[in-house]
Amino acid sequence: MTGYLMRRFALMLLTLFGMSILIFLVMRLVPGNIADILVDSAGIVDPKQKLKIEQELGLDRPLIAQYWQWISGLARGDLGYAYVSERPAIEEILPRLPVTAKLAVLALVFSVLIGVPLGVISAVHRNTFLDYLMRVISLSGLSMPSFWLGLLVLMAFVQMLGWIPIYNRQPDSIWAEIGLLAIPAFVVGFRSSALVMRLTRSSMLEVLKQDYIRTARSKGASEKTVNYDHALRNALLPVVTIIGIEAAFLLGGLIVTETVFNIPGVARFLVEAIRSRDYPIVQNLVMFIAFVVVTVNFIVDITYTMLDPRIRLES
Amino acid sequence: MTTTLDHSAELARAGANVSTRWQAIRFLARRYPLGAFGAFIILIFILTALLAHWISPYDPTLTNARASLAVPGAAHWLGADFMGRDILSRIIGGAQISLAVGIGATVLGLSVGIPIGLASGYFGGWLDLIIQRFIDIMQSLPLLVMALVMAASLGPSLRNTIIAIAIPLVPSIARIVRSNTLALKEMPFVEAARAIGIGETWIAARHVLPNTLAPLIVLATAQFGSAILVEASLSFLGLGVPEPYPSWGRMLSESAAEYMRTAPWLVIFPGVAISLVVFGANLLGDALRDLLDPRLRT
Amino acid sequence: MSHSRALQAKPSAAAGGQAKPIDSIAGIAVADPLLTVADLKTYFFTRNGTAKAVDGVSFAIARGETLAIVGESGCGKSMTALSLMRLVADPPGRIVDGEVVLDGVDLLKLPEDEMRAMRGRDISMIFQEPMTSLNPVMTIGRQIGEVLTMHKTMPRDELQKKVVEMLALVRIPEPAQRAKEYPHQLSGGMRQRAMIAMALACSPKVLLADEPTTALDVTIQAQILELIADLQRKLGTAVVLITHDLGVVAEMAQRVIVMYAGRKVEEASAEDLFAGPLHPYTQGLMASIPRLGLMRGESAKTERLQEIPGIVPALYSLPQGCVFAPRCPRADDKCRSEFPPYEEKHSRHWAACWHAGEGKERAHG
Repeated sequence: MTGYLMRRFALMLLTLFGMSILIFLVMRLVPGNIADILVDSAGIVDPKQKLKIEQELGLDRPLIAQYWQWISGLARGDLGYAYVSERPAIEEILPRLPVTAKLAVLALVFSVLIGVPLGVISAVHRNTFLDYLMRVISLSGLSMPSFWLGLLVLMAFVQMLGWIPIYNRQPDSIWAEIGLLAIPAFVVGFRSSALVMRLTRSSMLEVLKQDYIRTARSKGASEKTVNYDHALRNALLPVVTIIGIEAAFLLGGLIVTETVFNIPGVARFLVEAIRSRDYPIVQNLVMFIAFVVVTVNFIVDITYTMLDPRIRLES
Repeated sequence: MTTTLDHSAELARAGANVSTRWQAIRFLARRYPLGAFGAFIILIFILTALLAHWISPYDPTLTNARASLAVPGAAHWLGADFMGRDILSRIIGGAQISLAVGIGATVLGLSVGIPIGLASGYFGGWLDLIIQRFIDIMQSLPLLVMALVMAASLGPSLRNTIIAIAIPLVPSIARIVRSNTLALKEMPFVEAARAIGIGETWIAARHVLPNTLAPLIVLATAQFGSAILVEASLSFLGLGVPEPYPSWGRMLSESAAEYMRTAPWLVIFPGVAISLVVFGANLLGDALRDLLDPRLRT
Repeated sequence: MSHSRALQAKPSAAAGGQAKPIDSIAGIAVADPLLTVADLKTYFFTRNGTAKAVDGVSFAIARGETLAIVGESGCGKSMTALSLMRLVADPPGRIVDGEVVLDGVDLLKLPEDEMRAMRGRDISMIFQEPMTSLNPVMTIGRQIGEVLTMHKTMPRDELQKKVVEMLALVRIPEPAQRAKEYPHQLSGGMRQRAMIAMALACSPKVLLADEPTTALDVTIQAQILELIADLQRKLGTAVVLITHDLGVVAEMAQRVIVMYAGRKVEEASAEDLFAGPLHPYTQGLMASIPRLGLMRGESAKTERLQEIPGIVPALYSLPQGCVFAPRCPRADDKCRSEFPPYEEKHSRHWAACWHAGEGKERAHG
């Protein structure tokens, strides 16, 4: 098993390395860079000025040198300078991380706590009215864009309470903060819980078709024992991997939700940086997101191997 | 146990006696009512987009100062925005954009993903290894982030938006085609084709590919929905389809914060349009999966 | 009891149509039946039509007896067993008619919770695939203990003792250690032993063994069969042994039922059946087994190994008349138009065939 984990870890590094090249090239091989934008916005037409900006930002150097500068800096913890604010990128990114992290964890907890039980119930009562109802609700959850759901929630606040949650200053207590973050976390988590519910349901149904379920019935096990003792144990294993799938899904939801709620987190910051072609910020944030997704999947893999007796004992 | 048994009723429930196409459609609609509902939504959506020119009450780009923020009513069924543009007409116009993006991105994603997955699964070896790593890389970013980055670097246009959304769809298509191909490659009928001297590429295209069709149809339906959703998100973030095209996502970003209190119809109707179409695609996809993929049957 | 005596005296197949179901059990060869199955019908309702997986099967079994149900795959023998347990998947399957009387109780009329209490306690089943029939994430000990806790109340340490006892009974070495292990840590034979321990933990009256040795190595097969026979003697369990292997039948069963396309076509004691099969299908089955003598070339003058031409018909499009007619060498117009009655052709030897016994000598050669 150690061999497997080592190989898995090596692949993870390879993936991140590939992502760094991909994002670097995508950001550069297309027409129009920050210099164009700065030049445009300042109304300058003098090509010399544009050249000067490019020189300052190092955009005139060969691609390979630019890439090396970035990657070697990344290894030292030096993320370069943000073009727009001209401050070190790390100083722009770090303060925005905690709120996004809290939001993500809250949304994840939310989606698992809702999604898993509902998925199990739906599978147990398959093809009943309850199952249909829950499937329709979860499917409509998946069909709603999360920014729209966010807007509806905000609108409900405005119309009914006359105020909307503000995220620009630090709340007084941890509970106030959790209460405030719970609103966008619900919006992101609602969509994710629909995904979790559907995956849990199909995993559960798959298990219920197995021979050992029939064996349990032949022993005289009640439906309750069959469902919650025999089936759930087996169905929860794949559900662990769902969290890996969900990580990427949830991060996507955060991007629009932070924008809707005006939350000063990294996800919204990424959108702003992309709009203004702030390469150092975009590159580093994209790498960070890829790192999070890959790491979560790695941890999920390890957890899975530890939970499944078939894998654990074969080592 | 049951003493009387209505054979014909039992058989009708199980779907025997289905012979004509019309009977088949009616049987399927009864068996998968939700799927039929989804198909109905998608049909209405496609018709709306195709007939937009004739059914739209106003020109969706026509501004009218006197109709600014008009309340839904006789003149403007779904109201009007700040510039006095008719919301219903803009939603009908937005259907065209959504349909173009949904179909464009799905077809593009399929036409890139299928050959990649087929080559990867069928020929294996180092080619498979490289493609697998590349897919890993692509899948380490959320769909929306990948589309955002692509859309930003390609620049705003309808064509670029389609490309930007199609790219992150490729890995999952390639992956499904690959795993199906791997299983099919070992099937007796492929062995038989090889034994009678049929070329490898021909086998891959004519024998293996058609057999991966069922999961692909299911996937394509789901991706059609998510392409529309991603387009809405991109446009909402200001990185999608540019003016003057009416886009559902952008209608929401334009109106969002400011008119939430005064003109809620600006927030409600475009969102309903997006949700409904994606919902329809998802319902249809689910029913198709039940129907076409016997392994997943409940 | 007087019931079945009467039946023996008067083979009832001719009158079968109008009579009450229990009277139509042609050929109850058991004086004091523990389990009586009468006119059992399990149908599957599919897109292709109604598949009559079990179509009017009747039989009885006495305490401690072994009855074999034989037939090709798809003939309905497993479905018969699952019907007795009431574990047929619905949809698409449904037990549509019949009686399954165990010790005076009609299982098909019980409410589900009472039936559940019977499963594992009074009637239990072992399955063909020991690999997939055990829960992979539960220890062997827990899975055996579960049967006991479901049907009895006993303190924890006593339960533990009983589990180890059961494992020892099915001759699993180091039973205390094995009880803590997971199914994947055991070999196929050991898993099947564990399945048997589970099925017999509550000393049920009837054990349904559905191809218990098919998935196992030949050397293990004999051990498992011997184990079942041995435990049956010890516990007095009646065994319904479902198999396609006539070798297993010869070794284990006192009586045999031959099924074809969901129907019983022949029934006799094992001895009589092997000595003189009456139904051409049974004769075909026997002719298709390689015999040691034949393989050694001793009786090279007799015929070569035979096969039954054709395949089992699809259950939803059974032919009119005798279901075996399309594959039968002796079929004539009568066979093709009229279903043969199920009759006692010789003493305690029943068959449903218009030409029962003809050409027997040839086939038996």
